[in-house]
Amino acid sequence: MTDKVEFELVSPQRLVKSLPVGMVVVPCAEGDIGVLPGHTPLIGTVRAGVVDIHNGGKVTERIFVSGGFVEVTPDRCTLLAEEAAMVADLKADVVEARLSAAKAATEKASSDVEKAHAAAELAIAEAMVVAIASNAVHH
Amino acid sequence: MPNLKDLKNRINSVKSTRKITSAMKMVAAAKLRRAQDAAESARAYSARMERMLRSLAGSFANVEGGPKLLAGNGANQNHLVVVFTSDRGLCGGFNGSIIRETRAVVRGLKAEGKTVKLLCVGRKGADVLKADFRGDIIETIIGIGGKKGVQFAEAVGVAHKITALFEAGQFDVCSIVFNKFQSAMTQIVTRQQLIPFSAGNAKDEEITAKDQGAKASYEFEPEEGEILEVLLPKNLGVQIFQAMLESSASENGARMTAMDSASRNAGDMIERLTLKYNRTRQAAITSELIEIISGAEAL
Repeated sequence: MTDKVEFELVSPQRLVKSLPVGMVVVPCAEGDIGVLPGHTPLIGTVRAGVVDIHNGGKVTERIFVSGGFVEVTPDRCTLLAEEAAMVADLKADVVEARLSAAKAATEKASSDVEKAHAAAELAIAEAMVVAIASNAVHH
Repeated sequence: MPNLKDLKNRINSVKSTRKITSAMKMVAAAKLRRAQDAAESARAYSARMERMLRSLAGSFANVEGGPKLLAGNGANQNHLVVVFTSDRGLCGGFNGSIIRETRAVVRGLKAEGKTVKLLCVGRKGADVLKADFRGDIIETIIGIGGKKGVQFAEAVGVAHKITALFEAGQFDVCSIVFNKFQSAMTQIVTRQQLIPFSAGNAKDEEITAKDQGAKASYEFEPEEGEILEVLLPKNLGVQIFQAMLESSASENGARMTAMDSASRNAGDMIERLTLKYNRTRQAAITSELIEIISGAEAL
């Protein structure tokens, strides 16, 4: 077995990332999981948050995902995300606008379906804000 | 015998038709490239999601009371057929083949005594199907894939509509009919069942075969059931998104091919008309000459 995991990040539009990594930390619904080579096969849901790609003991890439699913096999880690963006590319003002739009939508939502959508959008926007803040600390 | 002026007009009008068709061909070719890229890169997502779903579904297939989107609601009486056509015409057999397939499917189901409802995505399909199945069309969605191409949000919107109908008990089985993009020349009319999810309609045989070994035993976090509850509606959106992308690539491919042959036909026609024009012109000159000469001889 090699010391790398084949990491794939796929959005509905395209294959965003496909590269071998030393370790990848995925924000799963029930806590972050670190995937190293030889991980037990696992399927799980992913919450909105930041995926950290580690290589040689250092974080080499930080990618924001808006939630989705992850499938792990001993030599592969496939992450299906609806939205994915490099954390460094997130713009604070765009995110703020999104957050306030989400908040407004939450207040306006009347039906259950609308409420659920608004809540999901709000969670994504909040996670983006956290991602930007944490990135500032990192650098 | 048409006179020279008529012929000249005719040639000019065919020439401007050719200008239009060849411009449409160029536009379609440019759009095709983008649509094709989009469709092909989106296949990655839907193939992987289907793989994941299949490994999940395996353990659930025969369990009573599994998620309804997977197991169905037990009935097989009311069918919903979602038809993907284009909003605009002039794209050869693209819409025709979809409509033909839909008609066959609907008639077949009706012959079995099922009730059928139609959901049309794209104006063209709705226009034609209205003639045959006026009362069965429950909704027509138009304007998918505008300037920026097909957006995932649009597919999710359609998926939500379908899930809402399903939860309201409006239908038991849902399938989609769309053109799968093969090349600019060929589109394959494809019928795919969405609800209940059938693992049988595997699209990427190679991926399935390759991963049979790894399929072994997954751990699930959270529970399989919970994941399925989230994954199944998502998958619906993804499959519809894929169908929309395939359909839009097919549409542009079909239009490009149709406009190419239209331009070529126009070219042929111009050639024929020009030949005729020249012959007529020459005949006129000859007869004029004869008149002059015979006039001179008579003097």
